[in-house]
Amino acid sequence: MKKRPINLNLFVIYFPITAIISILHRLSGVFLFLMIPILLFCLQSSLEATASREWDSILNGHLGKGLIWLTLSALFYHLIAGLRHLIMDIGWGESLWVARISAKTILLLGIVYSILLGGWLWY
Amino acid sequence: MVLMATGLGRTGLQDWLIQRVTAVILILYIVMLSLIVFRHQPFNLAVWQSLFQQPFMRYATLCAIVSICLHAWVGIWTVLTDYVKPLCLRLSLQVCVILSLLGQCLWSIYILWGR
Repeated sequence: MKKRPINLNLFVIYFPITAIISILHRLSGVFLFLMIPILLFCLQSSLEATASREWDSILNGHLGKGLIWLTLSALFYHLIAGLRHLIMDIGWGESLWVARISAKTILLLGIVYSILLGGWLWY
Repeated sequence: MVLMATGLGRTGLQDWLIQRVTAVILILYIVMLSLIVFRHQPFNLAVWQSLFQQPFMRYATLCAIVSICLHAWVGIWTVLTDYVKPLCLRLSLQVCVILSLLGQCLWSIYILWGR
């Protein structure tokens, strides 16, 4: 078979909005997968009888808040981007122009949610 | 041909369906948990702990955690199949992911009932 030219230079490839939200969906999914053991550990220690003291200091520290912010932002983004896929699976919004509009909406919603969550956590 | 030995279902279509079903379960669980938090204001550790005393909450949470693990199995399998090309390395990584997810499911049973 003749070898075809391949261009995979990430700095040259043009990323349409649909490709950007797709790669963010993957990134947030992998991040959430890595967070599973940490979140299970949090669940375990939060259900222990002696939990209250340490949890106060963890939840009010920057590290704790940062982790909550990252996790909830990733979760919210992953959820709405996944919801977009589920709606497309039903057969709605599959045309290119609707897919572009819904992609922009998802990105905007994700950014707005992250900003609001950050404001609520730190101010 | 894409090797399916470390896939969750026997076919790609099964994996596709499992990912969607677990996604719907997780959306329902997240909506339920959010409603509970909003209805119990001010929400504190005591409310949280009493919530997990109820069998319904324990079973719902176990259901959600198992769904997360199945969902992650399919998702991470897809990502590894796309980006890790050497077969030996890919299969090893996929087996590690499967074993760690299995371990985390068992751990969550211990967290919810083991005290």
